[in-house]
This record gives sequence, C-alpha cells and structure tokens, in this order.
Amino acid sequence: MSAISTTLPSWNPFSLWYSDGWTVTKRNLIKIKRSPDMLVFAVIQPVMFVLLFSQVYGGAIQVQGTDYTQFLMAGIFAQTVVFGSTFSGSAMALDLKEGIIDRFRSLPMSSSAVLIGRTNSDLVLNTISMVIMMATGLAVGWRVNSSPAEFLAGVGLLLLFSYAFSWVMALLGMSVKSPEVINNASFLILFPLTFVSNAFVPSDTLPTPLRIFAEWNPVSSLVQAARQLFGNEGTAPVPDIWTMQHPIQTVLIGITVMLVVFVPLCIRKFASISSR
Amino acid sequence: MYNVHNSAGIDTMTIIEATGLTKTYRSKSGPVHALAGLDLSVPRGSVKALLGPNGAGKTTVVKMLTTLIRPDSGTAFVDGIDVVADPKAVRRIIGVSGQYAAVDENLTGFENLEMVGRLYHLGGPAARRRAQELIDLFELTAAGNRPVKGFSGGMRRRIDLAGALVINPKVLFLDEPTTGLDPRSRIALWNVIKRLVADGTTVLLTTQYLEEADQLADDIVVVDDGRVIAEGTSDQLKAQIGGHRLEVALVDAGAGASEAARGILARFGDGEPIVTSDGRGLEVAVTDGPLALQHVLAALGDAGIELHDAGMRRPTLDDVFLKLTGHKADKAQGAADDDTLDKKEAVKTR
Repeated sequence: MSAISTTLPSWNPFSLWYSDGWTVTKRNLIKIKRSPDMLVFAVIQPVMFVLLFSQVYGGAIQVQGTDYTQFLMAGIFAQTVVFGSTFSGSAMALDLKEGIIDRFRSLPMSSSAVLIGRTNSDLVLNTISMVIMMATGLAVGWRVNSSPAEFLAGVGLLLLFSYAFSWVMALLGMSVKSPEVINNASFLILFPLTFVSNAFVPSDTLPTPLRIFAEWNPVSSLVQAARQLFGNEGTAPVPDIWTMQHPIQTVLIGITVMLVVFVPLCIRKFASISSR
Repeated sequence: MYNVHNSAGIDTMTIIEATGLTKTYRSKSGPVHALAGLDLSVPRGSVKALLGPNGAGKTTVVKMLTTLIRPDSGTAFVDGIDVVADPKAVRRIIGVSGQYAAVDENLTGFENLEMVGRLYHLGGPAARRRAQELIDLFELTAAGNRPVKGFSGGMRRRIDLAGALVINPKVLFLDEPTTGLDPRSRIALWNVIKRLVADGTTVLLTTQYLEEADQLADDIVVVDDGRVIAEGTSDQLKAQIGGHRLEVALVDAGAGASEAARGILARFGDGEPIVTSDGRGLEVAVTDGPLALQHVLAALGDAGIELHDAGMRRPTLDDVFLKLTGHKADKAQGAADDDTLDKKEAVKTR
C-alpha cells in the first residue's frame, strides 16, 4: 500500500471546521437526492397541503379583509418549516442507530461538523420546500403585497426559524433510542402546536381555552410575522398581547434563544454519544 | 528485548497500554459492569485478539481506546497519547472498523471512502486518489460507483475495513470484523486482514469466534464479564488443557454401552470425559495420544462396544474457554446483554 501523508499545510481551525461541515453537508445532500421518500416529504407534501387547504377550506373559512388563500399561505409556510425541522432529529437518531456516528466520532474531524452538516442540509431541504410552496401558492392566487425587502425578510425569518428549530430537534434525536420516537413525538406534539394557532383559522374563532393557547403559541407569532412581511394580514384585529403585537421581535428572540441554548447543548451531547 | 521509554514514561515498544478500565451501565435490571478493571497491553506491530462471548466487554474496550466512550476509571494510552485527555490526537493515528459496517448506505463505496479521507483532512485530490486505490485493493472496482445499499454483506465489510485504512493507521481496531458473514466471505476477509498484518500494522481485534483469533492473532486475551481471564498465544492457551483430545462416537448408547465407554475413557484419559446429551459422543483429554487411542480402541473392542468413529484432535480454543469459564463461548445470554441484542435487531431490520 502506498504511503499517505496526513500532514497537510495551512489547515487552521476555522478552515477545518468549515471544510468538515461542508463535507458532511454534501453527504447529507447526496442522501436526500438518492432517497425518493425524502424528496416526496419535501416536495409533494407541501404542494398537497397548499392545494388541499386552499381549495377545500377556502370557500368555507371567512377571513376579515382578505381571502383565505392569502391568509393561509403564511400558516402553511410556518407549519412546513416546523415539521421540516423534525427531520434533523430523526436523521440524527438514524445515523446513531446505523453506526455512522461512531465512524464520524472516531475521525479527527471538527466536533461540531456533523451537527453543522445536519442542520445545513435540512435548511437546504426546507428552502426547496419553501420555493415549491410559493410557486404552488402563486398558482392558486396567493400574492405578496409588500416590498421585495419585506418579502425577503419574511422568507429569511421562516428559514432562520427552521434552522434554529433543527438544533432543538437534533438534540432530541441524539437523546432518544430510535428514530421512530422522534416521528411519533413530532406527530403528538407538533400537530397540536401548529393547528392550535392562527395558522389555518383566525384565532378569535376558537373556544376560549384554545384561543388563549393559540394567542401565546410561538407558532402564531411566526405566522403573524410572516403575514405582516408578506402583506397578507387582512383587517382582523391582532390579539392585544406583546408577542402578537410584535411578532417579528418575538420570533427573532425565539431564534436567538434556541441557538444560544441548543447549539452548545448539541455539541456537548455529540461528544459522548455512541451506538452502544 | 529492550525497552525504550519516552518522556511520558510510556514503554514505546507497547503501542496500547490500558490499566484498570471500568465502565458501568445502568439498565432496567440494575447496574451492568461492562468492564470491571481490565488491563491490556499490545506490543507495536503485533496482532492481539480480544476473545469472549457477547456481552463480555470487548466492544466497550474498543470504544474506549477509539475515544468513543470514556472509562469510569482507569487509564488508556494509544501510542503514548491519553485517550481521555487528547482524543483528537488519538483519532489522527487510528483506523476503526466496527461491528456493524458503519458505512453510509446511500453513498457509493467511492463516496464513502472519499468522505472519510476528507474528514482525515487529506484534502480533496488526495482523498479521491486514496479512495480509488482502496476500492481497487479491496477488489470492489466494479461496484465502487454503486450505492452501498446494493452491496452484499461481505462487500459492505470490505468497504468498512477500507474506511479504517484511508490513512495508514498506527493501530487498526477491528471490532468483530466477520460477525454475521457467511463462511466464504469470512475467509476472504481473513485473507485481507492477513495481508495487512504482513505489512506490520498493529491490530487489536475482537471476536467471539475462536477460530478467528487462532487464524489472525499472535496473542489472545480471553475476556469474560469485563475482565481478562487468560492471556497467551493460541498454543499456550491450548497447552493449559493438556495435549490431544480423544473422541469416540458410539453406534448405540443403550444397554449400558455409554457408561461402559465412559469408564474406559476415564481409565486411559486425563480427567473426566465429556459425554454428549444423547450419550453417543464421548471425549477426554489424553497425554500420550496415539498410545491412549490404541488402548481405548482395544478396551472398547473387548467390551463389545461398536464405534461409528474414533479419533484424536488438537484442542480448540472452545475447549480452552470451557475450561476457563465453565461455560461455552456461545453461552445463552442473560439480561446483561440487552444492548447487544438490541444491536442485533438493528442489523436485521436494516
């Protein structure tokens, strides 16, 4: 066997971190490309949601000052990025179960590279979903009624939220025994969380306990922020709560808290996991 | 033999030095002592096998030495580097091939190896060159550009092993390299490993196959319940249980024939004969093999006991294990092995 030199010039910690993170991102993207079920999840499901909700409920649900499709889209975006992020959790759990995490951990790579690669590639997946949804939305009559800058800010906010939430789910993924747990948990927790919100119906139509929950629900703030930035608010009064009156600030605070808390927790957790 | 000590006081003729390693896991049925004070020392350039049944602690040792888990107590050095204090430095010089072929199913063989090369920081061009070399070396050229999903068990193991050799590691860890392979793939993989060993790579391998340890290792460490219970060369271990084994198979075990044959074997052998459950197979350790065989055959003939088969064999490591632990190497597993069982399921459902 030929000798291989392992000492390479000009590797500083930052370029190592960047290059390792990119190597793992690329691996995850190849996986997505080669497993059709993931593409279905990312592409077909959002299209289906947009079409089903706008066409089935569109005629029945009245929204003050705008039509249902305008109202709906921000809700669908928020729901999709929240669910899309759970993929980070199930994928981490699967990698752990299959032993590839052991392989990574036995290599002299940057300790955060696997997590960076995971959350990066899921951001790409979420971005693809978002683009497909927007195209579908435009096809069924959704329109952006704000400036290009506001539109981009809205897209950025949704994606940043999905990225931060990916870290939360990644920590969960490393803590559970099997990938199925994540899928079940996301079904049990995220469905109520996204549905008992202002995503699909105005929250003032809900019975009082659910209405209070919906108004304080962080998903509602995300939806409200996206509606504002896309100019899809309508004329319905916004609940008189700080988080709903200042949805963009609320979402930014949420993103910051998620990143500040969960990035270090994830890196610490990663340093001790193994497919025992 | 001369010993050289470096500044850390580590014997540089020894590449792996572990002392008093312990690890306790919590489980539903109480604490499980995966390792209960295990010592291990591997000379540079040698091949050492950790031999033991499922749940003996072999994988735990490998995971500690490869920096995947930390010991509760004890110390371990690989090439003089403390695995707990400086795991990254250890990772730069080792190659690991695990029990369950840790390769990415959706990536091709080539992509898997290229990725590993990049993560060893060889840089893109060198990583690609090395990946192709290994693909060719492991005779995977035709399959190298297909996703690993479609590989046979033997091909998967070869890609996994290739992943451990992307750098020329100072120490190669092979955790049950052939578990689950069919006999033909097992022998093929043994030949690959033997070629590596001939190049002078230090190897620490774990196995529950006695024959595998016998085939590949210079030195065997027998592990049971998280401890070393015996150590030595294959021949030394075999010598512990005497010379040859004499075996006879009776045509009919009825009418006192089995008891009579047992008496005869006890008379000419060393120690108690072992009788199979149907009473037809008997064996005993003997010192002067050929002479004992003559005597036994004559005595059995005089007693009118008919034989299917009779013969002598060299003791196997199975005999050693039975003698050392009082149970066979493939003993039925108890609660302590929940994790191992889980992993087996994980492999099946893949």
